[in-house]
Amino acid sequence: MTANISVEAALRLRFRRLVNRNFRVGLAFIAMFILLTINAALNPRFFTAPVLTSTSNQAMTLIFAGMAQTSVVVTGGIDLSVGPIISLTNSLASTLFPRNVPGGIGAIIVVLLAGALCGLVNGLIVVYGRLQPIIVTLATASIFGGIALYLRPTPGGFVPDWYNAVLTQRIFGLIPASLVFLLLVILVVWTPFRRSRLGMWVYATGSNEAATYMSGINVNRAKLAAYMMGGLLAAIAGLFITAQTQSGNASTGAVFTLQSIAVVVLGGTSLFGGSGGVSGTIAGGFTLRLISGILFFANVNPLQQPLWEGAVMLIAVVAGASRIFTVKNRLDILR
Amino acid sequence: MDTPPLLVQVTNVTKRFGGTVALNEASFACRHGSIHALVGENGAGKSTLVKMLAGVVVPDSGQIDINGQLSTMQSPADAARLGIVPVFQELSLMTSLTVAENVFISNPPHNRLGLVNQRKLRQQSEALFADLGFSHVDPDALVSELPLAQRQLVEIAKALSRHPQILIMDEGTSALAVHDVSLVFAVMRRMRDEGRSVIFISHRMDEVKEIADHLTIFRDGRNLGSFVTGEVNEGQMVQLMIGHSLEEVFPPKPEITAPRQPLLEVINLSWDNRLNNINLSVGKGEIVGLGGLDGQGQGELLFALFGLLNGITGQICIEGKPRHINSPSVAAKAGINLALIPEDRKTEGLILKMSVGNNVTMATIDELSRFGLIDERRELTTIQRVIQQMQVKVSTLKAPVNTLSGGNQQKVVIGKWLLTQAKLYLLHDPSRGIDVGTKQEIYRLIRELADQGAGILYFSTELAELVGMCDRVLIFYEGKVIRELVGAEITQQAIVSAGMGLNATVVEPIEK
Repeated sequence: MTANISVEAALRLRFRRLVNRNFRVGLAFIAMFILLTINAALNPRFFTAPVLTSTSNQAMTLIFAGMAQTSVVVTGGIDLSVGPIISLTNSLASTLFPRNVPGGIGAIIVVLLAGALCGLVNGLIVVYGRLQPIIVTLATASIFGGIALYLRPTPGGFVPDWYNAVLTQRIFGLIPASLVFLLLVILVVWTPFRRSRLGMWVYATGSNEAATYMSGINVNRAKLAAYMMGGLLAAIAGLFITAQTQSGNASTGAVFTLQSIAVVVLGGTSLFGGSGGVSGTIAGGFTLRLISGILFFANVNPLQQPLWEGAVMLIAVVAGASRIFTVKNRLDILR
Repeated sequence: MDTPPLLVQVTNVTKRFGGTVALNEASFACRHGSIHALVGENGAGKSTLVKMLAGVVVPDSGQIDINGQLSTMQSPADAARLGIVPVFQELSLMTSLTVAENVFISNPPHNRLGLVNQRKLRQQSEALFADLGFSHVDPDALVSELPLAQRQLVEIAKALSRHPQILIMDEGTSALAVHDVSLVFAVMRRMRDEGRSVIFISHRMDEVKEIADHLTIFRDGRNLGSFVTGEVNEGQMVQLMIGHSLEEVFPPKPEITAPRQPLLEVINLSWDNRLNNINLSVGKGEIVGLGGLDGQGQGELLFALFGLLNGITGQICIEGKPRHINSPSVAAKAGINLALIPEDRKTEGLILKMSVGNNVTMATIDELSRFGLIDERRELTTIQRVIQQMQVKVSTLKAPVNTLSGGNQQKVVIGKWLLTQAKLYLLHDPSRGIDVGTKQEIYRLIRELADQGAGILYFSTELAELVGMCDRVLIFYEGKVIRELVGAEITQQAIVSAGMGLNATVVEPIEK
């Protein structure tokens, strides 16, 4: 009898914990499902392979940009160079791509390395210059943007059709390739990072840098790793948009800097660092892109799209902050 | 025959922080297999000594030998290599990580690729907690989900997971529940029996008597003597701890001729287990001290009165009228007229980068404005009046307030509230970090405020201040007022022994 009660209590605790810990990420998924439902209601063809594929493709660059941002935000930092790294890697890819497949794979590797290098540069300056991430990445954003313009002064370049097909078409005519690619990136890039000791230290650093340092951990290395991961994921975003547009454009990434921060916040990751993850970011990315689908079918002037995106974001952020009303010492809100 | 080297041998170390000497040619020794308590008043140098042993603070001069080897520790990592692991009072956990992750953060179980094995991590934590008797702590919980008392256990478990030769605890048990204290004591005894040592700071005399085999008394940065526990009685310890080195000049206390008119009455005030049924009153012109160990609810009481806490129960009456104070702006309003001189003036008392003048008029700028515009001429004369009255030493009123010395900054904080014509001042360590001369001016000012009819709640961690300034002292213990000392009863001995939960009458002063 008592054993039953304690089992029940343990289950209840586990459930409450699950709800509490995933409150904000959960909100992001709820927002996404609401928008999916509205989309489906407005567009009877929404759940067909072609529409789903194009929806997924439209969201994917933003999702990778958001993942890049998440990696840095977890340390308590912010990366304003996400957009320019996308521009740079897109421009680089459009100049490097040869016609043949092996050469193409080589080009992809070079582009990924370039992105990681950009992230490393950010990290090195932040860590060893002891400077604020927002200032450092504001400056490097201009530099990376400048390099992108140097590589590709005018839009264009060559991107082979096979590359577009692999990333943006459908597998067996049914499954959006971009979704499979996202899954692959999560499994091969993010999860190993998140589950490693290094990933644990990155989160620890974001949670309480002094305590992490006092535990004998190399805080600098953890931060460098997070910034490099940010650069690498931004390069993946750059590679995806290259496939999507089949061309290079030095200004293609600009919009993604602020939008990446928006989806991180929508996804429930705290800008103070130490908590959150990419699952919320992914839901946030889809949410932001699904709004445009709704506006299109509701015949709203496309120029008003930013207004509605802003409204949805505001509602989500306010809902996420609602728990502030349970704070016991009002001074805690300010400190 | 050679005697084996002592585990810890500290010889003539000195450490200065700015102008204050935290440790003054202090020596200390601890042998293998010992539980060694450090006792002394706030600022006696215990914490500095312990931080030095943990590699957090590097001595200016002197020598530290560990196991007979001269040590050159420069960092916590160096200390850890020598087997010294600290548990500090300020919690140093990563709150958004799980308990298990926190405990094994520096070396989690992992495979060849560096991936952390979460299952093994949990098993290791469970095994460690079972071994320590901490099984009621859930390794899967996030630290932020744990109550404060359990966080301290996690902190201790984290230290013990590194198998220290020397475990250092700075008030490590102060946040623990009673049952958990006995668990920690059991672990300490086991360490002792294995030939390892524990050096711990405690303000709880009953704890020291129960667990320590040796104790060392610190005062004013010096070691006043090490004893085998039981060799000295409590009276002697208290006498050694307070000494008579501090000669402060306090303004004379007034003779009470007529009963004071009540100003503040607090009835059954409670909040979140940290304030339990507080009843107290402050009369007009009265200075009431809040004494006891650090963190027994005194600070929370000031916060509660100033409207900073959510969910308080009980009643607060100002001049006989029940008042519902739910924010500082309400607390400062006419009719209530409270003023808080906060613990940390740099973050909560002043806006450091704004000018002295702006800080002075911060709370009264509405009254100095007409149609929403500041009447600058009136503001200037007001500022000048306050600066003169408070004798703030400042070259220009436009100077940012952070260019002032600590004492002058505190005068600005007090001056700000003078302008609101506050009736009741809530003081939280008002003389902290202030030089002796300015301290005396501040003491005089506080007494003047009282003489002009204000009531004062005076929370201080400095005993001499409570004795020198207060007409009454309320002793706090675990969120309750456990004793009231009035008039001649207010002595350092009485405050110390009452604050530790001892009966004051037991303590007889010893002859020197």
